[in-house]
Amino acid sequence: MWTWFHKLSSPPHFYRLSASLIPWFGWLAAAFLIVSLYGGLVTAPADYQQGDGFRIIYVHVPAAMLSLFIYMFMATAAAIGVIWRMKLAHAVAVACAPIGASVTFLALATGSIWGKPMWGTWWAWDARLTSELILLFLYLGYMGLRSAIDDTNRADRASAILALVGVVNVPIVHYSVTWWNSLHQGSTLLKKGGPALPPDMALPLFGMIIGFMCFFGAVALTRVKREVLVREQNSKWVKDMVTSK
Amino acid sequence: MTFMEFLNMGGYAVYVWSSVGLTVAVLIINVITARRAVSQELERLRKRYANEANTGASQ
Amino acid sequence: MTARQQRMLIVILVLIGVGIATTFGLRAFQENLLYYYSPSAVQAGEAPVGRKFRVGGLVVPGTVKRTDGEIDVSFDLTDNAAMVTVEFAGILPDLFREGQGIIAHGKLNQQGVFVAEEVLAKHDENYMPPEVAESLKQTHAGGPSK
Repeated sequence: MWTWFHKLSSPPHFYRLSASLIPWFGWLAAAFLIVSLYGGLVTAPADYQQGDGFRIIYVHVPAAMLSLFIYMFMATAAAIGVIWRMKLAHAVAVACAPIGASVTFLALATGSIWGKPMWGTWWAWDARLTSELILLFLYLGYMGLRSAIDDTNRADRASAILALVGVVNVPIVHYSVTWWNSLHQGSTLLKKGGPALPPDMALPLFGMIIGFMCFFGAVALTRVKREVLVREQNSKWVKDMVTSK
Repeated sequence: MTFMEFLNMGGYAVYVWSSVGLTVAVLIINVITARRAVSQELERLRKRYANEANTGASQ
Repeated sequence: MTARQQRMLIVILVLIGVGIATTFGLRAFQENLLYYYSPSAVQAGEAPVGRKFRVGGLVVPGTVKRTDGEIDVSFDLTDNAAMVTVEFAGILPDLFREGQGIIAHGKLNQQGVFVAEEVLAKHDENYMPPEVAESLKQTHAGGPSK
């Protein structure tokens, strides 16, 4: 277990591993997203109340799920970085932040576009919407804090603490709809007793979620590659690799 | 279902298509910026190492 | 205790500390986190008096009355325990219908009628094709229009 851990934490090894994994994630993401989007927009039936307007679910829910998943991933990487003093883990956390921020923005924007025709408003200060907005600010704060500190090691430590403190917001986003009366409805997929939508509606949604996950894998590993290059630029393996090409 | 009906989305065309369009745009921008960040960094390092080799400086 | 274990402990303590502080913070502001009050809460006098608040419930079938030639509408909201009558002059959301979840923002007047300035629709987490909704409606009355 530990040899595996140490091998993974070796930057040259991780760099090569990323390079070989990225195309796999990328093509899987493209395949899942194209097929599932077709399923969601064409083959899935319209909703009995919202008609075709409900199809926004196929981009809104995957974006919202990913916004929380990436945050947990980022905070875990930051914690590993702090506890084991592993620079590669910090590099992973850094790579997650802009992707997380963009999908959080996407969840808020598509939610707003969905809310206007169905609820009758673009925005409401209810617990779910507000805590998701705080999530966006946490991502932006993380990136802002890093860019304000020149020294990489200090930036790693300070931003990791911010990421860890922000973890409290994750259960708040998730449970906001059950803890308080909110305008936003409860969870469709994680409802007790199974998803609250039939298979022909649910399958494209699961496909979109898998597609988004693979997309995150591909883009995150690409960003980690860049981060490793910056951090390891004075090491021999980077120099050998760059000059030999 | 005709193609026009599909585009019309039961009257929700503006909302559905703007959501889908925005999503596709955000995903593509993510891919492009991440890839460009790697190639720009490789280019910067290539120049840096070449510069060091030319001047003969070991630093 | 090694330095690594110490760092692990610090991370865990930070998480627990922030978690406890947030829990107390949220409990203190519980009131403000409620997006709306139920008709029961309004009847029990828990809703703020003299200022605007939101009330949410289901539109009672058969109570929707429109004034001819006007956009004025009145309807009753219920949480299956208490009822509040709402008056509204404005454009209703697409999902407004009998049995639908509705959140109205406004004030109670002297007669105990809720005068709304804004009406939002709240739907539930269930999605299904119209045929399924129809057959559900037939199997148990009341149906899915919750």
